[in-house]
Amino acid sequence: MPKAGRLALAVFIFALAFGLGVWGVAAYLRIQPPNVNFTSGHRRGQPVDLTVQTVGSYGHGVHADWVSYLVKGPNGHWVHSTQWELPAHTRINVTVYQYDTGSPLRNQVWGLIRGTGGHSALLNGRRVRLLNSNVGNGVAHTFSVPALGVSVPLWGIAGNAPHQCAAAPCSLRFTHNVIKFSFYTTHPGQFRWQCFVPCAAGYLNGNGGPMDTLGYMAGFLKVI
Amino acid sequence: MSHMEQPSERPGDGIDPRGPNVPHFARLFAIWLLATAIVEPVLYFLVWPHIPPGTMTDAARGAQFDALVLTMTAAPVVIAVLEYYLYAMIVWHQKKGEPPEDGPPIWGHVGIQAGWIAITSAIVMGAFVFGTYELINTSGAGGGEGPSPIWTPAATKNMLTVQVIGQQWLWTYRYPQFGGFETPDLILPNHTKIAFHVTSLDVIHDFWAYQLGVKADANPNVDNVAFATTNETGRFTVRCDELCGIWHGAMYNYGYIVSPTAFYKWATSTEKKLAPLTKTLPKFAWTYNPSANGAGGGYYPSTDPFYEVYKYEYGSSGREGNLPAVHIKSFGWKPSQAGAHHVRER
Amino acid sequence: MTATTMELGAGTTGYRPTATRLAHPWFSLNVITAFLGAAAGYGIGHWIGNYIASNYAVVQSTGQNNVAVVLALFFGVLGFIVGIGGLNYPILKMFGYQPEERAPVEDWTKYFRFSTDHKVVGKQYLVGVIGMFFIGGLFAMAIRTELTNPTTHFFAPDIYLQIVSEHGTIMMMMATSLVVGPLGNFLIPLMIGSRRMAFPRLEAISFWIFLCGLMVILTALPLGGFDTGWTGYAPLQTEAAPGMDAYLVGFGTIGTGMILNGFNQIVTIVNYRAPGMRWSRLPIFVWSMLATSFLLTLATPVLFVAGWFGVLDRTAQTAFYVNTHGGSSYLWENLFWFFGHPEVYIMAIPGFGLVGEMLPVFTRKPLFAYRVGAAGMFGVALLSFFVWQHHLFVSGINPDMRPVFMLTTELISIPTGFIYLIGMGTLWRAKIRFTVPMMFCLAMYFNFLIGGITGVYNSDVPVDVTIHGSFFVMAHFHYTIMGGLLFAFFGAVYYYTPLLTGKMLNNTLAKIHFWWMFIAFNFTFFPLFIVGFLGMPRRVFEYAPRLQVLNDWASASAYMLGMSFLVFAVNFVWSVWVDPKPAPANPWQSLGLEWQLPAYKMPWYNFERLPIILSDPYHYGEREALPVAHLQGVLALAGAGAGGGLAPVGAVGPDPGPEISPPRGEAEREDPRPE
Repeated sequence: MPKAGRLALAVFIFALAFGLGVWGVAAYLRIQPPNVNFTSGHRRGQPVDLTVQTVGSYGHGVHADWVSYLVKGPNGHWVHSTQWELPAHTRINVTVYQYDTGSPLRNQVWGLIRGTGGHSALLNGRRVRLLNSNVGNGVAHTFSVPALGVSVPLWGIAGNAPHQCAAAPCSLRFTHNVIKFSFYTTHPGQFRWQCFVPCAAGYLNGNGGPMDTLGYMAGFLKVI
Repeated sequence: MSHMEQPSERPGDGIDPRGPNVPHFARLFAIWLLATAIVEPVLYFLVWPHIPPGTMTDAARGAQFDALVLTMTAAPVVIAVLEYYLYAMIVWHQKKGEPPEDGPPIWGHVGIQAGWIAITSAIVMGAFVFGTYELINTSGAGGGEGPSPIWTPAATKNMLTVQVIGQQWLWTYRYPQFGGFETPDLILPNHTKIAFHVTSLDVIHDFWAYQLGVKADANPNVDNVAFATTNETGRFTVRCDELCGIWHGAMYNYGYIVSPTAFYKWATSTEKKLAPLTKTLPKFAWTYNPSANGAGGGYYPSTDPFYEVYKYEYGSSGREGNLPAVHIKSFGWKPSQAGAHHVRER
Repeated sequence: MTATTMELGAGTTGYRPTATRLAHPWFSLNVITAFLGAAAGYGIGHWIGNYIASNYAVVQSTGQNNVAVVLALFFGVLGFIVGIGGLNYPILKMFGYQPEERAPVEDWTKYFRFSTDHKVVGKQYLVGVIGMFFIGGLFAMAIRTELTNPTTHFFAPDIYLQIVSEHGTIMMMMATSLVVGPLGNFLIPLMIGSRRMAFPRLEAISFWIFLCGLMVILTALPLGGFDTGWTGYAPLQTEAAPGMDAYLVGFGTIGTGMILNGFNQIVTIVNYRAPGMRWSRLPIFVWSMLATSFLLTLATPVLFVAGWFGVLDRTAQTAFYVNTHGGSSYLWENLFWFFGHPEVYIMAIPGFGLVGEMLPVFTRKPLFAYRVGAAGMFGVALLSFFVWQHHLFVSGINPDMRPVFMLTTELISIPTGFIYLIGMGTLWRAKIRFTVPMMFCLAMYFNFLIGGITGVYNSDVPVDVTIHGSFFVMAHFHYTIMGGLLFAFFGAVYYYTPLLTGKMLNNTLAKIHFWWMFIAFNFTFFPLFIVGFLGMPRRVFEYAPRLQVLNDWASASAYMLGMSFLVFAVNFVWSVWVDPKPAPANPWQSLGLEWQLPAYKMPWYNFERLPIILSDPYHYGEREALPVAHLQGVLALAGAGAGGGLAPVGAVGPDPGPEISPPRGEAEREDPRPE
């Protein structure tokens, strides 16, 4: 092979390796759930309404069996994402449609509602401050933002309830609980939120899989 | 092969500035002495007060002092080695323009070899003896000592017990002397001996109260004890220091050391406020096994015999009765009102 | 007559069996068939796994079939090894055939085949480890990118942990073989005067297994990654995604390669030394390889077992590592570090050996206190089995174990100090030649000094309480492994490339590479000591904003460090392949046996005649010294060689030239093929 040929081949291999690297980062490592924006058109001082649902099995894709959160975007469509952009120093009114069955918490301390308006939430219209997950249906998930001090347990539906939803997004005709609460965002920043219920069925401690993956039971409140 | 230095036979060695007659060793020693004499006081007077993790507790102060001693021991060694290499590179290299030649065939030197081994061994043994003394003297130096610590503070009568519970992905704290309430807030009284009982509900975490100089792994089903005595009021950082999953990096919170009066006020009011929650918590124990309560995620089948074995450790929460009394260790444990009494006195 | 004019290669033609010409390169077993085998094996394994486990309750509720993943990876590796031809010999033997011994293929395709020529395997390893190092390095760049900002994130936190874990695991796997693989396999027979390694097929298979390990670890990413870091602590391990199976199988795979490689090298060094190669004449690099090989052979099985327990926990739902079910999370920690700490010295001792080998050449002096140096390496190797619990000082181990392990850990700095003794003694009144390899050696001493001294901080329990698990530890082991081993390795690459390829690397680019890498390395990792001491734990994606300046400084330096290796890559590809410049024979005027014959021209059985070793290779500055060996072997002694009688044929004197006059064709040749 002449020198020019060797040089061309070397440059080609370098370029190929570089391209592979870039492709790897772009196509795999940088993949994240989309940001759902609740800040555009928001007027200062006005509260923001946030509607989410929690489902027992997402029902699509490679992780069809996983539990998941979904959020209703500003356009009214359900989005499979856990990264929500919220305005700073604003009251957020949250409505959760909870479609999953419950279990005991690993730590009962998460049965207490913290950091919300009135230190309480409305569970199917009834005001609650503390849920004992060891009795009744148990808690299906929690919505907890540790850095903001917010934690709300989401009461589970009965294990033998009729009309259980199997695939997201779930409509209101399936059995569900409605939980309503509100909290205030603080200064701008990225605040992780997670679930403290061992809801990853089939994983040790119920804590692998969806609990460990952004977009299912883990996400960011991106306060801007 | 000979291990003694062989004098070079080349003529003119006597006047060679790099030859054997130049007092290289004396030069090196003088430079070393001077540099060490400058560096050591700087370390002692200027650097010591700034060495992390500060002086918030006796454990932190001990770690700071230890780091100073190690640095002051290491500095002469580092100076000697670096100085020697620099000297060699400057003085003993092949000069440009001169014909390439070999160095003197020195195969070894018994005295230098023996001296080297003796000196390094002495330094190492010194470091070991000092480190062990400090470890015992500061009751385990703030490190996790496992379930049965052997180096405990001398007087354990007025010790505050704080149970640190690691879970994916937040720390919570239980105060058994105040009715066993559990909270994500860590508040400690000043001038008090603290026993941290660190455990985990799922995977391995590591409780690192940075400014307190306390670090102890949180293993599930293990009670890992670390001691510290608070010295100053203020804020400190708690971080998880063992990789525990997606939110490991976000698993931190701030704790506060406050005056004993303020602590007592906080603790008693929180105890009262959280009383309904405390009722749903498992009875205070040194370790917990939530999986036995049906919160194991179903990885192991429910027929697992170990569920039964470990069941007794969990829950006064209505599902299980007949719980054996928690074994109360002698140190640091006082019924809530007695502990409170101590705090009130201060 | 110089080595460049002689044509050793001509002598090999007569031995090349015609059988190898019958099989066209593309239709005999090679790397392409290996990949086909791997794909087939992966599919078969996956199918079996699904057949076995798809009705398991956990598989149905998670959609994650660890049995299938483990079996797919295992059979994939097996398929690859079969496809490359690694099992031809044992399979044929098993069915009662006597496999025909063939000389290795001689054209360029030999690098893509199962070659039993140790020089080919060495070069395969060289490309393999450098490629692996580059891949791992890209992950490091990604880590530093994420850490440029304390609160805004470039990667998702779960992806970030996968990156951290991949970086750590790939680099650890790479570093275990970084020197033992390429230079150990290439140089040991040449240094001890052997025609081959003791077990050429094991040697060859160890490389392909090593390559499989890398590929298995990379499959973790599409499998969902693993988030445990390279330490893989359980029970987080038990919870993790299917990528964890790739970690466990990958470590098992590469561990197998490490055991085989180490075993092979021990047997070779003990049994295949040429006549006259007494223990006291063994080059210091061979001593280091021997010490390392003992560690590889004795420590790695523990990792293998630990990984197997992990696989059982994740597939058969045993509970070796799950405390609440009768297992123990400490079991993994202890097994892992019982392997893991000797592993650290697997990555340090070869660096000591290389530096000890290069120093005499560039100081033109004998190696100072040679025996102490060899003893130091074995002292380190021995003690390394008794220090592992210093990784667990705050874990809640039996508390009175802590002083014991503090003592053993600090004791290990005594034999490590011997490396400085031989270095400083050799420099005394030396005639230093500041070549690029020498600069790398001196840099290694500088970096390892910092790495070693900070290691004492880690061994002291009260100080370790603060710095355990922090960036301080991270900076410490980067200073020892990257600053020590990797600097020694790159020095050795510049030093030995003329021997491996017959080409000289560009000196200007080499100097640019050295200074760039040295400065950027220290700029990257020194601030991280401070960052760790100031309270930043390892493997976090968020940190205190007050640490941002230092972190950004480290990130910027890390990019520079990454780019410095591009200089090396360009230099290497350019000088060796695109525009090759022939190297003079023995360009560094070394007395080492490996330099007395041009290895790149040697036949696959190395020596036409087994050399007779006359002395150790460090007699610099002695005018009357004997040459290192008689290259004519017994012929020289019998007076039958062309050189005649006992005339020295090696390099001699203060300005040694490669005076080599090998006999050829005069006497009847012996059959050089391995038996």
